[in-house]
Amino acid sequence: MASLRDIKGRIDSTAKMKKITKAMEMVSASKMNKAEQNAKSFVPYSEKIQEVVASIASNTDADHPMLSKREVKKTGYLVITSDRGLAGAYNSSILRSLYQTVNERHQSSDEYTVIAIGRMGYDFCRKRNMPVAKSILGLADQPNFADIKELASETVQMFSDEEIDELYIFYNHYVSAISQKVTKKKLLPITDMANSATGSQYEYEPNQEQILQVLLPQYAESLIYGALLDGKASEHAARMTAMRSATDNANDLIDGLTLSYNRARQAAITQEITEIIGGVAALE
Amino acid sequence: MKTLTVSVVTPDGPVLEDSFEMVSCKAENGELGILPGHIPLVAPLAINVVRLKNGSDVQKLAISGGFLEVRPDKVTILAQSAEKPSDIDVERARKAKERAERRLQSKQDDVDFLRAELALKRAANRIDAAQR
Repeated sequence: MASLRDIKGRIDSTAKMKKITKAMEMVSASKMNKAEQNAKSFVPYSEKIQEVVASIASNTDADHPMLSKREVKKTGYLVITSDRGLAGAYNSSILRSLYQTVNERHQSSDEYTVIAIGRMGYDFCRKRNMPVAKSILGLADQPNFADIKELASETVQMFSDEEIDELYIFYNHYVSAISQKVTKKKLLPITDMANSATGSQYEYEPNQEQILQVLLPQYAESLIYGALLDGKASEHAARMTAMRSATDNANDLIDGLTLSYNRARQAAITQEITEIIGGVAALE
Repeated sequence: MKTLTVSVVTPDGPVLEDSFEMVSCKAENGELGILPGHIPLVAPLAINVVRLKNGSDVQKLAISGGFLEVRPDKVTILAQSAEKPSDIDVERARKAKERAERRLQSKQDDVDFLRAELALKRAANRIDAAQR
C-alpha cells in the first residue's frame, strides 16, 4: 500500500490539474459563445450571396467553369483543424475521415493535395508524406474574413487555374455545445445550386457572365469562411466538453484517493495503538 | 421624400441598416445613382466609396470586393469589407499604400503585381473615405 505521503502528493497534484482544466473549460465556454455569435453574424451575408448566385445561375444558361464538372485529375482537400490539442476527439475525427477518404480514392500522392487550416492538420499530413499545397497556422480564435481571404482566394484560384479539378472541405459542423459532426462537403465545382430563386428578375450590369465571374469566387470564398467559423465554434465546444470531463475525472480521482488516504491513515493509527497495547502487555 | 432601405452586409456581420434617399456608388463600368423605385438590378462594385444621402447629410463607406443588389424599395450591398470613415485607421492605410507602391515599383512576377495593385487601390480608397 502506498504511503500516506505518496497519496497526499497525488491528491495535491490532481487538485492542481483540476484547477487548470476547470479554468480552460470556462475560457472555452466564453470563446464558444463568441464564436457562435460570429457564425450567426455571418448568416445574413451567406444567405444573401447564395440567393443572388442561385437566382443568376438558375435564370441563365451562362456557363462558368466553376459551375461545370470536368474530368478529375487532381483533387483538393481543405481541412480545418485546430492549432492546439486538448480538444477531445475534435482533430482526430476529422483527420481520420480525411485519411480514409484519401486512401479510398487515390493510389498515389500525385492525385490530390491538401490545404490545411490549423497546425494539427498540417503536422498530420506532413508526417504521413501527404502533399500540402497551402496552410495557415496560428489563426486567431475569432478569425476575421481578412485573415483567411488570401488563402480562400488562392484556393479558388487553384481551381480556376485547373491545378485542382474539384475541392472538398472537411470540418466539424457545430450541432450544439455537446455535439459536433464531421462534415465532408464538395465545394467546387458548385453543383447544388438549388432552385431557391425567389423569382425576382434582375437587370444585370454589365451582363450575367461578368457578374458570375466576380460573384462565384466570392461565393466560394464565403463558403470557406462559413466552414471556418463553424469549425471554430465546434473547436471551442469540443474543448469545453473535453475539459469538463477532465475536471469530472479529476474529481473522481480525488474522491478515490481521499478514501484510500483516510484508510491508510486509520490503518496507521490502528497499528500504533496495537503496538502500544502490545508494549503495555509485555510490561505487565 | 421617398426613401429606400439600405443594408450593408459583410462576412463579419451587418455594418449598417437604415433608410436613405439616395445611394451613389461606383460599379465596375461607371457611377450609379439609385433612387427609390429603381428597377431590380445586380452589379459588381469597384473598390471605391459608397455615398448614402439623406437630404444634405452624406454618409460614406469604403467598400472593397462587393456587389450591389437593388430592389424597388431596398438596396443590399454585399462586400468583403465595408468600413465607416470613423473606423478607418488612416495611419495603417497610409503604410499599406506605401508598401504597395514600393512593391509595384520593384517589378516581380505578375501575380504579385496584381495583388499589390489591389492592395494599393484598397489603401487609397480607405484614405479617400477617411479624409473627404
